Amino acid sequence: MHKYLPQTESDIQNMLKSIGVKDIKALFKDVPESIYLTKEIKIGKPLSEDELFKHFEVLANKNKTNICLLGGGVYDHYVPSVIPALVARQEFLTSYTPYQPEISQGTLQYIFEYQSFISELTGLEVSNASLYDGATATAEAMLLACGATRKDKIAISSALNPRLIDVIKTYASKRNIKVIEIELIKGRTSLKAFNKINDGSLAGVIIQTPNYFGLLEDATPFSAAIKENKGLSIVAVNPLSLGLFKSPLEMGIDVAVGDGQSLGIPMGFGGPYIGFMATNKTYMRKLPGRIVGSSLDSEGKRAFVLTLQAREQHIRREKATSNICSNESLMALWVTIYLACLGNKGLVDIGNLNLENAHYAYKKIISLPHFKKVYDADFFNEFVVETDLSLKTIDRVLLKNGYTSGIHVGPHQIMFAITERRSQAEIDHLVELLGGIKHV
Amino acid sequence: MYNKLIFDYNTPNRVGYDLPTHFAKFDNSKLLAKYGRKQTMILPSASELEVVRHYTNLSLKNFGVETGLYPLGSCTMKYNPKVDEAIASLKGFTNLHPLVSVNECQGSLEVLYELSQKLEKITGMSGFTFEPCAGAHGELTGLMIIKQYHLARKDKKRTKIIIPDSAHGTNPASSNVCGFEVISIASNPDGRINLSSLKSVLNDEVAGIMLTNPNTLGMFEKDILKITKLVHEAGGLCYYDGANLNALLGRVKPTAMGFDVLHLNLHKTFGTPHGGGGPGSGPVGCIAKLVKYLPNPVIIQKGDHYEFSNSKTSIGHVSGYYGNFLVCVKALAFIDSLGETNIAKVSDNAVLNANYIKEALKQDYKLAINEPCKHEVVFGGVINENGVTTLDVAKRLLDYGYHAPTIYFPLIVNEAMMIEPTESESKETLDEFIAVLKLIAKEARENPDLVKGAPHTTIVKRIDEVRAARIPLLTYRELINYHE
Repeated sequence: MHKYLPQTESDIQNMLKSIGVKDIKALFKDVPESIYLTKEIKIGKPLSEDELFKHFEVLANKNKTNICLLGGGVYDHYVPSVIPALVARQEFLTSYTPYQPEISQGTLQYIFEYQSFISELTGLEVSNASLYDGATATAEAMLLACGATRKDKIAISSALNPRLIDVIKTYASKRNIKVIEIELIKGRTSLKAFNKINDGSLAGVIIQTPNYFGLLEDATPFSAAIKENKGLSIVAVNPLSLGLFKSPLEMGIDVAVGDGQSLGIPMGFGGPYIGFMATNKTYMRKLPGRIVGSSLDSEGKRAFVLTLQAREQHIRREKATSNICSNESLMALWVTIYLACLGNKGLVDIGNLNLENAHYAYKKIISLPHFKKVYDADFFNEFVVETDLSLKTIDRVLLKNGYTSGIHVGPHQIMFAITERRSQAEIDHLVELLGGIKHV
Repeated sequence: MYNKLIFDYNTPNRVGYDLPTHFAKFDNSKLLAKYGRKQTMILPSASELEVVRHYTNLSLKNFGVETGLYPLGSCTMKYNPKVDEAIASLKGFTNLHPLVSVNECQGSLEVLYELSQKLEKITGMSGFTFEPCAGAHGELTGLMIIKQYHLARKDKKRTKIIIPDSAHGTNPASSNVCGFEVISIASNPDGRINLSSLKSVLNDEVAGIMLTNPNTLGMFEKDILKITKLVHEAGGLCYYDGANLNALLGRVKPTAMGFDVLHLNLHKTFGTPHGGGGPGSGPVGCIAKLVKYLPNPVIIQKGDHYEFSNSKTSIGHVSGYYGNFLVCVKALAFIDSLGETNIAKVSDNAVLNANYIKEALKQDYKLAINEPCKHEVVFGGVINENGVTTLDVAKRLLDYGYHAPTIYFPLIVNEAMMIEPTESESKETLDEFIAVLKLIAKEARENPDLVKGAPHTTIVKRIDEVRAARIPLLTYRELINYHE
């Protein structure tokens, strides 16, 4: 007996009788005897609900959730309570991809709203229904560019998040796509270095803003330069920054990608997050993944439906634009509700709060004796500082005081992310701790 | 009927959020002069209750597993336990940054390690990665491992993957993304591999074969041991598409069938919710000689401490961090709840339920293959169809409060209707479903127009898909700017 298994012994006997076999094993008669297991696989005794919950509570408590100063693509942001509450509704949570649109209008409409939000944020005309995460979305954008231009070389900024670079390289190597990294000047992508390699052989160029070091980049000259050579411009962007900073459209970008984690998705030790991708109508039919469109039903009422499916794996098989099937639909709902709550005003407000808090912390930290600035101060919510103190000591002192330290970006450089969740008291205490560390 | 879009809520100065008070002064004018946004956005302005009510109303336009039977073949729409959701919402799991030090994430590492151990026991594989975020992503990862294996042996000619024409569409699509050439082989009428067509394509250019077992007709590949032996003898590797593992869970280990690499769909076999199309999780497992090619890092245990281990020959990362970690938490909770005494009953009862439906409906619907099926059964439309198609039957089921089965797949069966009840459903639920499908068959004979005009009771009727593709209206802005 188990609460997830409703068939009783008498149900089983009655059903076997209707089927006309003597036992369940008879239904496996086509399985070679030598590989059919009759013994239990030893994976542990069943746990009752209470035991199960306690067991996992112990595991969860083995994690140390501190005041988080880590960023690098994943940030500790405010999660409005309405989101987990709404997303947990079984009608959203337990449904499948909306193949039966008549009874899936809820999913289809939120995807339509999600696509609209991504389109508004990026300024680009169309968005797909989601991809796995920011890294895979960037790799998919590379494949899109190579497919659209029939070229097999891509230029990427060395200031892309290393996680993005890893995934790009993994995908590229299997397709014999050549990846060229563009050098940096003072933490930003060098246009001069790019112009040297932009010789007509490139399928595209990928820039990130804010880049891995937290610095804002204006991709406009890159998009203009690659356009002349018939390549695509791709930007990986933090969507939370788009209330304040230039949209991909304003930078002349063809394809915008990124991770939606910063739009109210918990850090969750790496996932689930959501990758987004937007482009203009020219490349609409090259997009990977699902797309929802508005149409009419047989009575003339507005109704939403999966569309442009001729791009997809279940129709085109090996000729599909991508292999993606399941995406991150529920996380699209997560992001949609977040943006519905914030609106224009909220997006600007939270953007400014990130900006103010991060710059407040930055100014205080670089005025400490053992710390100094590395780059200019054109950053959003993350910055690099240099120190002659041991980074290990910094990590240890911070951890002891309830902080998770920043990312080491060099032997003497550390990067801190300061979001809207960091209070003045938390930042002041951080500065005090950093100021108190001495050489060993 | 509720018919608003979120963008219909646009009262200026109404807000649905609040934030801490600004405490630091920062003059952003210089920054914005250089990088500032000028382009305006159409975003809603709604109160919190308006937002909550809007999405609650949208949810009411959806059908979930808790609404009613969801017999969508190949998708394994089983019950998603509530306690698993509660567990995955624990702050210790949700509030953890993926780049914390090893000492700060021991609980999460233990979850991944434990899940890996249990999946290894269940599948026979020697190592797992959790980076792939969905089944197709797992396929791609597995194929990359196969590619890397051959290249590492300097066997550069192996550029082809064999895939039966009955396979899931993701198989050939993933092969293409991985830079392989697809060799499609025709299946026997029962969807099983034709051994002589397999032999005819096996040579030293074959990198491997992708198979799901039971196949997409719900039939077990009787010759599986011969098939994997033939591929191995030709120097290829065997990939198991774990989409159909719910038929064999705890009864047949994929390694015993001769498979070298596989992915599992945690959102199918291991009870995690599908979320309207994700997030899923597609962990990839492989045999000992391939473990060194898995994405870095894998998690190892040293005493009661967990650590990362990196391999120099890894294929590299396939996603940003450790995959859909919170989905992995739910899957482990699902396995631990069932435990060793119940895990095989999952597949036993799933197979029992499918065969019960098969026997009960074969007088009314054209059974594709008259043999015991596994976890799903495929029919080819109504007997004496009277002009009624499988699409019509599917739509009529919606009127009776059921989700439709998978239709028009597999491609090798005409008018295919693929029913997968899963182990979650009771005999009574199946009896009611069978009675309704019999009633629809009767309606088809007596009043075909009633079925052809279905659905009649849903909030929207059949939707013009041609129009949707011809006039793509993909955003709110396009919708309001479009005039006939």
